Amino acid sequence: MARKSKYDVVVIGSGPGGLAAAISAKKNGAEDVLIIERDLELGGILQQCIHNGFGLEVLKKDLPGPAYAQLYINEALALGVETLLDTMVLDVSPRRRIYATNKRDGVLDLEAHAIVLAMGCRERTRAQVRLPGTRPAGVYTAGTAQRWVNVEGYMPGKRFVILGSGDIGMIMARRLTFEGAKVERVLEVMPFLTGLMRNYVQCLMDYDIPLQLRHTVKRILGKDRVEAVESVQVDEHWNPIAGTEEIIPCDTLLLSVGLIPENELSRKAGVSLDPITGGPFVNNEFQTSVPGIFSAGNVVHVYDLVDWVTEAGLLAGKSAAAFAQRERESEIRHLPLLPGENVRYVIPHRVDKESLATGDVRLQMRVKQPIEAPVWVEVRSGEKLITRKGEPYVRPGEMVTLVLPSKVYDEVRQARELSLAVVGR
Amino acid sequence: MNDPYDVIIIGAGVVGCMVARALSRYQLRILLFEKEADIGMGASSANTAIVHAGYDPLPGTLKARMNVAANPMWDNLSGELNFPFERRGDYVVAIGPFELLKLDRLLDQGRRNGVPGMHLITGEEMRHREPNINPAVSGALWAPTGGLCDPFMVTVATAENAVQNGVQVLTSTAFMDFILDDHARIIGVKTTRGDFPCRWAVNAAGLYSDDVMHRAGVRPEFSITPRRGEYMVLDKAEITINNVLFPVPSEVSKGILVTASLHGNPLCGPTANDIPDKDDRATTSEGLEEIRQGALKMIPSLNLRHLIAMFSGLRANGNAPCETPGVEYNHDFIIEIPASPRGLVNLGGIESPGLTASPAIAQRVVELLKDAGEPLREKPGWDPIRPPRPRFCHLSREEQALLIARDPRYARVICRCELVTEGEIVAEINAPIPARTYDAIKRRTWLGTGRCLGGFDMPRVVEILAREQGISPLEVTKKGEGSGFLVRKTKLVEG
Amino acid sequence: MEEETRVICITCPKGCALDVTREGATVLEIRGGGCKRGQEYVKAELADPRRMVATTVRIRGGLHPLLPVYTAAPFPKGRIADLLAELRTLELRVPVKMGEVVLKNALGTGIDILASRTMTRLKEKNGEM
Repeated sequence: MARKSKYDVVVIGSGPGGLAAAISAKKNGAEDVLIIERDLELGGILQQCIHNGFGLEVLKKDLPGPAYAQLYINEALALGVETLLDTMVLDVSPRRRIYATNKRDGVLDLEAHAIVLAMGCRERTRAQVRLPGTRPAGVYTAGTAQRWVNVEGYMPGKRFVILGSGDIGMIMARRLTFEGAKVERVLEVMPFLTGLMRNYVQCLMDYDIPLQLRHTVKRILGKDRVEAVESVQVDEHWNPIAGTEEIIPCDTLLLSVGLIPENELSRKAGVSLDPITGGPFVNNEFQTSVPGIFSAGNVVHVYDLVDWVTEAGLLAGKSAAAFAQRERESEIRHLPLLPGENVRYVIPHRVDKESLATGDVRLQMRVKQPIEAPVWVEVRSGEKLITRKGEPYVRPGEMVTLVLPSKVYDEVRQARELSLAVVGR
Repeated sequence: MNDPYDVIIIGAGVVGCMVARALSRYQLRILLFEKEADIGMGASSANTAIVHAGYDPLPGTLKARMNVAANPMWDNLSGELNFPFERRGDYVVAIGPFELLKLDRLLDQGRRNGVPGMHLITGEEMRHREPNINPAVSGALWAPTGGLCDPFMVTVATAENAVQNGVQVLTSTAFMDFILDDHARIIGVKTTRGDFPCRWAVNAAGLYSDDVMHRAGVRPEFSITPRRGEYMVLDKAEITINNVLFPVPSEVSKGILVTASLHGNPLCGPTANDIPDKDDRATTSEGLEEIRQGALKMIPSLNLRHLIAMFSGLRANGNAPCETPGVEYNHDFIIEIPASPRGLVNLGGIESPGLTASPAIAQRVVELLKDAGEPLREKPGWDPIRPPRPRFCHLSREEQALLIARDPRYARVICRCELVTEGEIVAEINAPIPARTYDAIKRRTWLGTGRCLGGFDMPRVVEILAREQGISPLEVTKKGEGSGFLVRKTKLVEG
Repeated sequence: MEEETRVICITCPKGCALDVTREGATVLEIRGGGCKRGQEYVKAELADPRRMVATTVRIRGGLHPLLPVYTAAPFPKGRIADLLAELRTLELRVPVKMGEVVLKNALGTGIDILASRTMTRLKEKNGEM
């Protein structure tokens, strides 16, 4: 549950990038950190990546995905990071307002001194690889199948063909084999493996699952459920070679054809995106083109290893904490000037306390009602009078000017806000 | 056996649903049945989503008459049934000098058909109205009465209003035969769910209308050759098309158009290929290539990288000759009550502009029944208004908050790309025409149609469908029998 | 009789290919590969191939019906199928903590099966325990 309406750092997404960002923000001085996660639990996609191999580079451990996530979840919670689960962020504004919904709180309207975008990535789909044929049940992205098999406990098919030799595809080939399904073939359109060699060895070779390079699916067959796919060999320009077609009977086609950074929210926040990576343009602190909005992990570009996502998250979280701290200090430093009795408005709206240390600050205002008698124009901090000036009369058509003298610096430094009033003398 | 129905309508596409709704106004017992697991699964849900102005059909044909008669009905219809409809107008765009000459003929044809408000605009004006257009545009024909709709929601809204007014609907029920009495009068319909007695049967079987009428011995020479139209859908986040842009039609087809859609994603297509199989709604690489080339001719900056979906629909392309003397045309609509057998309302060959024409066709069916002596007495309390269901993504923040306060399920977003909530999904499952499959939910809410194509929502929708219907996730299907998503529990390995 | 084999090391994401000369069970020479772990892997792979195994077991009372689990150490490759069959018969109850042993000394190998994550009773989701 969100306990505040304003946070130092809000992290959107709780995969490895988001968790690391939240932890690092907290460790680097952010006062309150909130993670917003759309799923029922923290951890993001790691919760369904039950295979080992996480943490080899940085932690020097060989962990399954959920264990890797759990380490960071535990750390984040121990540090007091707040979380909002089962919550979808609908909108992020360039001024860092966040609009989200969930069943428990309804509509949430939050502000943040800094935001870390950590929405991860999504899988490329059938349309993006232009896979023609019928549209039966049984065509899934590898990640969707992975969720069913590993988390929800259902098998999406019995005989599989996997398109794409990316890591998720190969890992799913082994996983499905473990659970009693038959993986007929892994097809890869490129002339080389697109995932890691170690996954080829321990996922495909170990279980005699055939891999065909330079092959793709020409079309999908089957009206209600997939009945087969037609594979075909391609030449160096990826054009199908006539006569190499083969019908492979199967009931499921899994697509492991690449990942794309997930940046719907980034667009809404006005973040500029690099057309090549599909992620935000970032500086060395992972700050996007919108000040105060940072991004971490696969939302920026798709990483090979979770370790590097974590590292990116740590850096983004640290940067966000530093930004939030500057924002907070600036908020403390800048006093709001509020129009009080018979004052319509005051310019400036805010005063930098420190500017009083070096000189006077001139305030200008207009009154609401004319008073044709002597008045005081007063500046107060709460009940306390800071300065005042007499005027013989005030009229809305005539601007009133008042100087906040440098000598009130010490009193103003203690103030949280100043109000202006025009009262009878 | 059951009490006889006054009218049984075979096929719940847009035409069958419009007929059901039109007849629901009268004191009749009506059954509408459909072989698929959901209504509107045929051409009604896979077309260009355009309400045509009416300049395209040959003057004198039933197609032209029905199109032009129906077009003005759509504003009122959309108001009553609460489906999205926008009268944006459409353009026939000429590229280069030769195509420009053909616009005059279309303008003349449109005027003869009685299409109001059409005129030609210059290439310069067209470039101004659609900045992405091919700079070689030489002019365009502007038809302000053209419109855009969501054809599937038209079908659903119409059927729901029919249900509100007492029509019974059965899905997953296929036509087998007519039951005739000794006097060659239809007294019932045999279906895969049993026999249903009736006084009138309406053939609204779309692609299969030839088979159905042949069962009654009507028009043995009539046949439908499915004409497949493939489409591609582009990502609205990447490209915006504001208009309906037809190319100049060739001798064989209307050509590949590029059009806005009410969901925002530009749509390109259709191809037009006659195929033998009425079930074959596959897309092909050749078709996509044809669309690509046609679309690039209209909008050179289109990029296939922004493709988010492909689909195809089958037009019920018939061979009925036009009955107007002197009009040489062999693909006209059939809207008739044949002399024999009695009791049949026969609709056939309703292809494009069938969606546009459907309200006029329904009206024509009412008139035919009256002419046949059917005493159509108005039903007291007939309600033409089909109440809308809230669409979270179309609401203001204040309205969203109010809706959530009433039902927190609207706060749980299931499809992030199209912003569809659990509340909306549950509402569709419990609607007058219940959505029972994933595709049924998808067509009604537009969930899973965004750039991720359902990768995130699919397991969740399967779970909600199972929970709401009290079935196992193993029984949830994509589009009816045989299209289950899941085959067994992970740990229950056979053998 | 000397024999040449190529082994791809799976110890780390680099996936180095190592060329091995051996005579019977005796490794004579290992070429290629960047580190010591690779050399050890090759020797082990030729003598007694083992793999880390990750799978799931049924669990009741938690957010999900399955709990991800893994082998505490690489498991004999030839016995993985038996291990999976054994784990299919298991059904746990929440709560389970990450790293907790869910099956001790699996198939007498001395290798324990560990919970990959914490799973609490449904209401407490995901919290640290």
